[in-house]
Amino acid sequence: MSSLVVAHLYPEHLNIYADRGNMMVLRDRCLRRGIGFELVPCGPGDGMPRADLYYLGGGQDRDQSLVAADLLRRAGELRAAADGGALVLGVCGGYQMLGHRYLAQDGREIPGVGLVDLETTAGDSRMIGNISIRCQLDGQELVVVGFENHAGRTHLGAGVQPLGEVLHGHGNNGRDGGEGVLAGGVVGTYIHGPLLPKNPAFADWLVRRALAARTGDVELEPLEDGLADEARRVALRLVER
Amino acid sequence: MRFTAKVAAARAVAGLSRVTRTGGGTTAPGKLLLSLDHDAIRRLAARLERGSVVISATNGKTTTAKMLAGLLEPELEICHNRSGANLTSGVATALLEASGKSVGVFEVDEAALPAASAALDPAVLVLGNLFRDQLDRYGELEAIGAAWAELTGSLEESCTLVRNGDDPLLASLPSGAAGTVTFGIADSSAALAEMPHAADSKWCARCGHRLVYTAVFLGHLGGWECPVCGNRRPALDVSAAAIEQEGLDACSFTLHTPLGERRVRLPVAGMYNVYNALAATAAAHALGGVELDRMVAGLERFDPAFGRFERVLVDGQDVLLLLVKNPAGGNEVLRTLAVDERPKRLLLALNDRTADGRDVSWIWDVDFELLAPAAVVTTGTRAAEMALRLAYAGVDQGRITVEPDLEAALDRALAGGEGPLYLLATYTAMLDLRGILADRGVVRPYWEAE
Repeated sequence: MSSLVVAHLYPEHLNIYADRGNMMVLRDRCLRRGIGFELVPCGPGDGMPRADLYYLGGGQDRDQSLVAADLLRRAGELRAAADGGALVLGVCGGYQMLGHRYLAQDGREIPGVGLVDLETTAGDSRMIGNISIRCQLDGQELVVVGFENHAGRTHLGAGVQPLGEVLHGHGNNGRDGGEGVLAGGVVGTYIHGPLLPKNPAFADWLVRRALAARTGDVELEPLEDGLADEARRVALRLVER
Repeated sequence: MRFTAKVAAARAVAGLSRVTRTGGGTTAPGKLLLSLDHDAIRRLAARLERGSVVISATNGKTTTAKMLAGLLEPELEICHNRSGANLTSGVATALLEASGKSVGVFEVDEAALPAASAALDPAVLVLGNLFRDQLDRYGELEAIGAAWAELTGSLEESCTLVRNGDDPLLASLPSGAAGTVTFGIADSSAALAEMPHAADSKWCARCGHRLVYTAVFLGHLGGWECPVCGNRRPALDVSAAAIEQEGLDACSFTLHTPLGERRVRLPVAGMYNVYNALAATAAAHALGGVELDRMVAGLERFDPAFGRFERVLVDGQDVLLLLVKNPAGGNEVLRTLAVDERPKRLLLALNDRTADGRDVSWIWDVDFELLAPAAVVTTGTRAAEMALRLAYAGVDQGRITVEPDLEAALDRALAGGEGPLYLLATYTAMLDLRGILADRGVVRPYWEAE
């Protein structure tokens, strides 16, 4: 049976919103189906692992600045990996770093890896709260629910599609109704909570997409998700509060 | 209106809210007073002849303040926000009773510290620790660190800064013209085998290089050094060595102070409480005039604060109340519980109200894996999410009961199984559960719980 290889970039720096919860979910959903799972941490200076999914979480400003230069050096490799069919997933700060740049409040410009055509400008207030979005993923409609907390306003380039349409909450910039980005093999989102435990269908979509390049389209058997569904149902109710 | 009339009006509100039981009156009177006179805290605090001790930290504020109160009383009459209302409104409310008191002991919320400290002009400022906590409310750890640096950098000679030397972020803060008293743990045998996942401050505050730890005691607290710029844990003025934990009931350690050393038996367990005791001792030393014997006696007769390893008897059953609100605090509580090898029952109450932090993602950074064999009832607004986290931590799903209603969940937990019941709750869930227990006559309401 195939195996999913996940490269977790800078897990010691970028882990502010319990990103390890996302790793637990990916691992669990693979192992319960007899799919292998390998997690490869990748810190500053480490060689670039070959992986099906590259994960970039969020960190405090300072932690992000500590890894920014290292990440920039990997831009070409990340681009090649995404072009070769791997999935790159950025959450919160990790999402912002996938774009061209981040313009801080004091006018400083922090370059991103430019994997996708978007840029982020710091706002003067934080967008904080529960959020839900509706996504169309390979013809399947699903709602992703979680929490957002960001000062950055992200604007997508012309023709670039968001990951979903905001149902409740702020999303990319609080104005255009879009949240996150989905461009080829690059996925970005502000949603944490963490992202995956309450969104098992979205987690499965990631697993399928990440495996597709090496193993072709795989059929993922349905799993029993009682507690996740219940937690999700509560979150969907609370997001309307 | 004259100032005395404003104070009288606020005191009338305090009396009324105690009578009507509308929340204990721990903040409303202060709010009213501050709206009548924004300078009220400074004016009232000036009446305290020995000045004020201000205590802030992510974890341990209430316990440290209560320990310090125990070290100072009864020789000194203190003015203390003992209900834990730690915003400026809570401080102002406590100050309504400042007349005739000689010293103030105030715990202050991390974000409210700069404003409260400016108004109180403390004789002693105690900074205990900084961990990530409720990011939706406080902003990031560094933002608090930056605000604190601005505060401590401008401290005057009249203030003594008491800081936890084991916390690299705090030890690296400037101290302005203030003298410093540094506390920490000097016991490598108490160190953890590795740094916990939730450690927050692993990088040098000066140069950004990874710190090297000779010992980690709790989260990112320990003996640390930057191999590049030489920044390192400062020398400790007050420290604990030869620490022995006695299950969940107590711990003992050798207390070293500039006044001498003593063996202390602290009637609460956990490394956190060793830090809290050191902070309180260092604060008493900084304030001056408290002998070592009195410090030791105060620590040894300590009675835990509201919801901090508080032990109550419910229908003849042993129930321990534990406040859990962030990864570092949660991990320490679980680590302490793991010491108890008896079969355990747990009630985990997770709310996502503003005072709890609306973002509950922190539970994924708490090592609930330590609980794996336990029977658990989850409750609160996010009961199902708590259960999901436990399932991922390896707790048998057949032993998890989800009951969002707090009272029903409490009864479920009391009805099943054997051994003590550990009740772990976020802030508002703890308040509500205590309210339920108070209605059953088990505990007193929190504003009377002293």
